[in-house]
Amino acid sequence: MTDRLRRGAVIALPYAWLALFFLAPFAIVMKISFAQQAIGIPPYTALYAEGGWQATLDNYRFLASDSLYARAFLNAIWFAATATLGCLLIGYPLAYGIVRAPARWRNGLLLLVILPFWTSFLIRVYAWIGLLKGNGPVNELLFALGLAHEPVQLLNNAFAVYVGLIYSYLPYMVLPLYAALEKLDPALLEAAADLGSRPAQSFRAVTLPLSLPGIIAGCLLVFIPMCGEFVIPDLLGGPDTLMIGKVLWDEFFTNRDWPVAAAVATAMLVLLLLPMGAVRRYLTGETA
Amino acid sequence: MAPHLAIERVVKRYPHAAAPAVDGVSLELAAGEFFALLGPSGCGKTTLLRLLAGFETPDAGRILIDGQDMAGVAPYARPVNMMFQSYALFPHMTVADNVAFGLRQAKRPAEEIRRRVADMLDLVKLAPLARRRPHQLSGGERQRVALARAIVLEPKLLLLDEPLTALDRKLREETRFELVRIQQRVGITFLMVTHDQEEAMSMAGRIGVMHEGRIVQLGPPEAVYERPANRFVAGFLGAVNLFAARVERSSAGALALQSAEAGGALRARHTRDLAPGAEVALAVRPEKVALGPARDPAWANACAGTVRAVAFRGEASDVEIELGTGKTVRATLANAVRPAHGALAAGQAIWLGWEEEAGVVLEQ
Repeated sequence: MTDRLRRGAVIALPYAWLALFFLAPFAIVMKISFAQQAIGIPPYTALYAEGGWQATLDNYRFLASDSLYARAFLNAIWFAATATLGCLLIGYPLAYGIVRAPARWRNGLLLLVILPFWTSFLIRVYAWIGLLKGNGPVNELLFALGLAHEPVQLLNNAFAVYVGLIYSYLPYMVLPLYAALEKLDPALLEAAADLGSRPAQSFRAVTLPLSLPGIIAGCLLVFIPMCGEFVIPDLLGGPDTLMIGKVLWDEFFTNRDWPVAAAVATAMLVLLLLPMGAVRRYLTGETA
Repeated sequence: MAPHLAIERVVKRYPHAAAPAVDGVSLELAAGEFFALLGPSGCGKTTLLRLLAGFETPDAGRILIDGQDMAGVAPYARPVNMMFQSYALFPHMTVADNVAFGLRQAKRPAEEIRRRVADMLDLVKLAPLARRRPHQLSGGERQRVALARAIVLEPKLLLLDEPLTALDRKLREETRFELVRIQQRVGITFLMVTHDQEEAMSMAGRIGVMHEGRIVQLGPPEAVYERPANRFVAGFLGAVNLFAARVERSSAGALALQSAEAGGALRARHTRDLAPGAEVALAVRPEKVALGPARDPAWANACAGTVRAVAFRGEASDVEIELGTGKTVRATLANAVRPAHGALAAGQAIWLGWEEEAGVVLEQ
């Protein structure tokens, strides 16, 4: 009994944290999503006023009626999914290389991966504007190599958004992959080779399946925040790179329509997290 | 006929290491042999195994299997399989999938894979556990999966790196017989590496003792145990009492020695005559030392001493005796004969002695 109590107490702390800093704010956002826009502070109507419930689903109906939101949502998922794949394709060899590097280099290489965190995220995204603009270093390099004769449009398009997304989120992909690959016993690869497996076969049969938890963790860690990203499409994107996070931002701060913004946020969370949770449950159920 | 495995003057030097890990080892194995390389940790035996598996490349010398030079042959292309000390089982695969791994990599037909895996699991008595994952197995079961996985490919040579070290004592002793039985069944040449002299002697038909990167003695276990070539081998293979001595006379292999440590004259036999005055060591195994209340006229060598300690071990007892000269001698008495001496107690005065043939003269 005391054992159960103690275990309960240990678990209670993270749950309390989640309740306080995730569920409570989310409940407030959800509450706002059922209200209506109003001029004033706060800029929405109360749910219970004049002796009756004033809750409405109008905001959700509005989201469903205007295809802009669905497009922005699907667009965001598309961008996030493609950029997640990009992060994986770059991050996996990177993490593998660090794990295989001589032990005395490893910490230094890992430090390099997280080094960008020491500069503000916003400043790093701005730096990309400088790099990609018409007369920026990238274009000048293209001129110098004779690959281009007039400035190539590198900014304010999908390409720039991909560069920004992959660049910004790469460390979040590398770190869980590193953790998973580092745990891999080198003797397993020797055993595979000993049993007649060529390096490429060993990778497919041993390394890849054993690093799958790291791949899943890295992809989720990168994909979810990418879906809600607004700074990168705002600064680097153009008119054709509308993402739902940007729409959300505009509703809140440009239109000051908090109820619609709250409805966007709620819908996004539900549409994103429920399938994720199902995938996770499926995967953990399979490995257990 | 060319030997099955020939190792010719192989040298392996690791960067930053003062001495080579393997220093000019030559060894020949016949097909179907069970050979054990015995040595303390760091003697180079595991490095030699890794050279054979192809995980390391020799700096000099050659390795030939059935006459074919293994230089430049990748591990996956060698007709050699290894049983790893840690077993290195694939944690994400079932027992059956682990055993099938090599056959699948070789793209054998599914029906053949199924049959050979089933046969192998029967051989190591793991058929009921075929669907388990390695983490659901006991240490002994994992060891058998590792063995099955390595021999299912029918290699020309199976390398076993400390195959029993990870098991507890009781299981280790049972598994020795099991391994020998399986080796005789499949007929594959086994090359085992171990630091446990009992393990090596009880399982292998021939053993090689390694010390500082070299094989210092080679032969059947009885020969190596009974006639160790030097102090290292004598001390490493079981307990031994060493008496520093000087040769007095020597004729027809019968040596008369003078030993200050033993407190007088000693007699021993040797393979050749030695010059008077030569410094040698006389090695006497504890189980060859007899004890008695008085000097037995049958003993060629005898010393008087005092019992210091008696350690009861079950089937035998170890007795520690301090001679008048201050030298400590160990005697092992089988408990079947011990009662004849009555109860031994610390502080008791006692005589000890051994036959002329019981001592081994070590020249260096």
